[in-house]
Amino acid sequence: MSDYDLPAAIATLRRVREDPNRLGRRGHGDAGPALGAGHGATGPASKRVIVGYGFWIFLLSDIVMFSCFFAAFAVQREATAGGPTISDIVDLRRVALETAALLLSSYSCGLSFAATNARNRLWTQVFLAITAALGLAFVLLEAQEFYDLVRNGVTPQRSGMLTAFFGLVGLHGVHVSIGGLWLATMMAQVQFKGFRTEIVHRLICFNLFWHALDIVWIGIFTIVYLIGAGS
Amino acid sequence: MLGKLSWSAIPIHEPIPLITSVVMIVVILGVLGLITFKGWWPYLWREWITSVDHKRIGVMYCLLGIVMLIRGFADAIMMRSHQALAINAAGYLPPEHYNQIFSAHGTIMIFFAAMPLVIGVMNFVTPLQLGVRDVAFPTLNSVSFWLTASGALLVNLSLFIGEFARTGWLPYPPLSEATYSPGVGVDYYLWAVQISGIGTLMTGVNFVTTVLKMRCPGMGYFSMPMFCWTTLAASLLIVAVFPILTATLAMLSLDRFFGWHYFSNDLGGNPMMFWNLIWAWGHPEVYILVLPAFGIFSEIFSTFSGKPLFGYRSMVAATLFICLVSLMVWLHHFFTMGSGPAVNTAFGISTSIIAVGTGVKIFNWIFTMYGGRVRFSVPMLWSLGFIFTFVIGGMTGVLLAVPPADFVLHNSMFLVAHFHNVIVGGVVFALFAGIHYWFPKAFGFRLHEGWGKAAFWCAFIGFWVTFAPLYVLGLEGMTRRLQHVEIEAWRPMLYLSVVGVVILIAGVVCQITQLVVSIVRRDALRDLTGDPWDGRSLEWATPSPAPFFNFATLPDVAGEEAYWGIKLQAIESQQLAPEPRYADIEMPVNSPVGFYTAFFATVVGFSLVWQIWWLAILGLAAAYAGFVVFAWRDIHEVHVPAEEVARVDRARRAAREALLQRLAHQGATP
Repeated sequence: MSDYDLPAAIATLRRVREDPNRLGRRGHGDAGPALGAGHGATGPASKRVIVGYGFWIFLLSDIVMFSCFFAAFAVQREATAGGPTISDIVDLRRVALETAALLLSSYSCGLSFAATNARNRLWTQVFLAITAALGLAFVLLEAQEFYDLVRNGVTPQRSGMLTAFFGLVGLHGVHVSIGGLWLATMMAQVQFKGFRTEIVHRLICFNLFWHALDIVWIGIFTIVYLIGAGS
Repeated sequence: MLGKLSWSAIPIHEPIPLITSVVMIVVILGVLGLITFKGWWPYLWREWITSVDHKRIGVMYCLLGIVMLIRGFADAIMMRSHQALAINAAGYLPPEHYNQIFSAHGTIMIFFAAMPLVIGVMNFVTPLQLGVRDVAFPTLNSVSFWLTASGALLVNLSLFIGEFARTGWLPYPPLSEATYSPGVGVDYYLWAVQISGIGTLMTGVNFVTTVLKMRCPGMGYFSMPMFCWTTLAASLLIVAVFPILTATLAMLSLDRFFGWHYFSNDLGGNPMMFWNLIWAWGHPEVYILVLPAFGIFSEIFSTFSGKPLFGYRSMVAATLFICLVSLMVWLHHFFTMGSGPAVNTAFGISTSIIAVGTGVKIFNWIFTMYGGRVRFSVPMLWSLGFIFTFVIGGMTGVLLAVPPADFVLHNSMFLVAHFHNVIVGGVVFALFAGIHYWFPKAFGFRLHEGWGKAAFWCAFIGFWVTFAPLYVLGLEGMTRRLQHVEIEAWRPMLYLSVVGVVILIAGVVCQITQLVVSIVRRDALRDLTGDPWDGRSLEWATPSPAPFFNFATLPDVAGEEAYWGIKLQAIESQQLAPEPRYADIEMPVNSPVGFYTAFFATVVGFSLVWQIWWLAILGLAAAYAGFVVFAWRDIHEVHVPAEEVARVDRARRAAREALLQRLAHQGATP
């Protein structure tokens, strides 16, 4: 086997071409590469495709979970129990800052992955660090918002609307915080382990996660804050 | 320091839970002691606990499911016998204990018996049928299993430390809010189900990816075995609805812990929102259970009739139709909520329509048998029993789907009889059939036929004697969950139902005897060829038990019944294909991460139940530290040398050659 220049590739191709268990009736040899796209009849996909695809499926489930909290907010939006309404508690200036921080962090996250694809460790780390800093700014702004509200007696215990508000916005904040922890771990991994295959796969997943949080935030920004401020 | 936990949590003054817990603890200590005494720990740790092999994980899921099935059945025996003794009498279970028992029965049967069994069979069978070596994410698969086990442990812990929920298997607010259920029972429910639910969600992600991205070369979507289609449909449903369960339970936890107002009675809370959310998960959940069951029956009907599955494509269409429509029927669980006639009508119609998909399947199975050479082996008996039972259960379901009828029958024993009719007749029968069918593939020998048939007849007759009276009682107006019965006229039917339970107990005894007898006589029951039932899909191309890498070389297949064509060709030409060129194989390395995660999930869950906040934070921090350690490891795969692969595969080929020669000797070949 090792007589060939590309022993692994040749072995892989042979494995497909030869049909040892006679597990098919048609003539073989045109079955395509052993590692296909995963769809159709081309054989299992590569690990990179499988990891990315699986993580997408997980993100879809995460978005379903967010949709429940969105639904609760929609149901309880008017349930203020005589307390503050949504337009009373929205501070659009701070939200604009939060949004800017998060969207820019997504941009720098994308740049970090461009650097990853070029296998450039320095720029990957620089852009990941910028992503982390912007994410931290977002979390701090949100914490400040919650702190101001709670200090003024606007707590989730006050009404159904506030429960749904704190629940939805807080769930997103928790996601960003966990993402930040993950990001820091990934930076350490890239530093100590370099761009090994499984670390690049994890970076793909992290990128997907971070962008998905952006998408969810756009929903929150629109439905909770913009429409809330206008009502 | 210890939150709400104190010595008063131990039920010293309640004899039944106390004795049960002591017996359980003695049994567990006995088993652990035996393992230690025999020195089995290294083997168990190496080969099972840290295993990421989908077959081993499948077997462990099934074991967990069977143990919990017996535990849930014990609850059922207590409920039936208590009701029979509580007709104008005190019975033997005090109300608060009886309420815990029916809540635990439902929770355990759905989450910790049916789900692990279904997922266990999915785990064991799907990669083999797809012709691949493992699932998409083997380590995550182990994490899923151990999280489920962690949830089961928490439920059982509630027996000894504290109490379980008294709110039914779905804790409806406002009863389940802290105001009305101040104890830790609902919290045990919430965290046990939350933890195992996350495990199930990960399983769903894993299997969607496996089926869609990892099939052997030549296996297009429309040449997958039917069971793989149902695995796909169930996994898609898991991904779509388990996050709803996670969200709903999280909301109820926030209400209970911090006095929020998602579902409370006052200050803008909305209890009906819980009902909508929980059933948006809950109705698809029953299809998550029953679709793989349909897949199991499809395999069995086709194999034991010696024919391809009738109407394969219509079966796929019906599966996906059910998958979609199951998301659009949830409101039929609370027609009495008062949504008005238009909404109720729409959901009544969608509920009736879903029966059409099931009807298509029933006819396909009947036509599969038509004109076939039907062999009445144990799996086939369960399947035939299923058709009879499930059709009746389905029809009573369509009755309940009519809103005016539902206004009369909801919350009655009729409803109880209906859903046991479909879940026992559909899911449990399928699992017993599937376990008998795939047992040789897992352990290398068959289960005893005679005891299996006895178990089937006891279960089939016992089921009907238990639940037919409940239909009658429901029509006579008996509501469910009664701790105390005051109507003398219900006595005969309640007694009859207990007779049914006794027959069911005989069935359980037969099952256990079957297992013991089969193990004792395993040499006589040995499956030497790997194809004991004359099967049609790829799992029967492997030896029994299947090697941990499943296939020496990835098969390259054509047509709907991958293995059937190969087998016919081999028999016709009286020889196997030439020996392949064996190559080295990389398999994922064992990992303790699943066990580790579950350990800390249990610690965190337990401390959240008792509100021991520092321990919860410590547990989460330790879990994170563990993840980092595992993320740092350098070896991900173990290398299987080509010689080892060749040795295993040559043994398989020798057995098949011998089979071919036997067939030729018998004059079975041209």
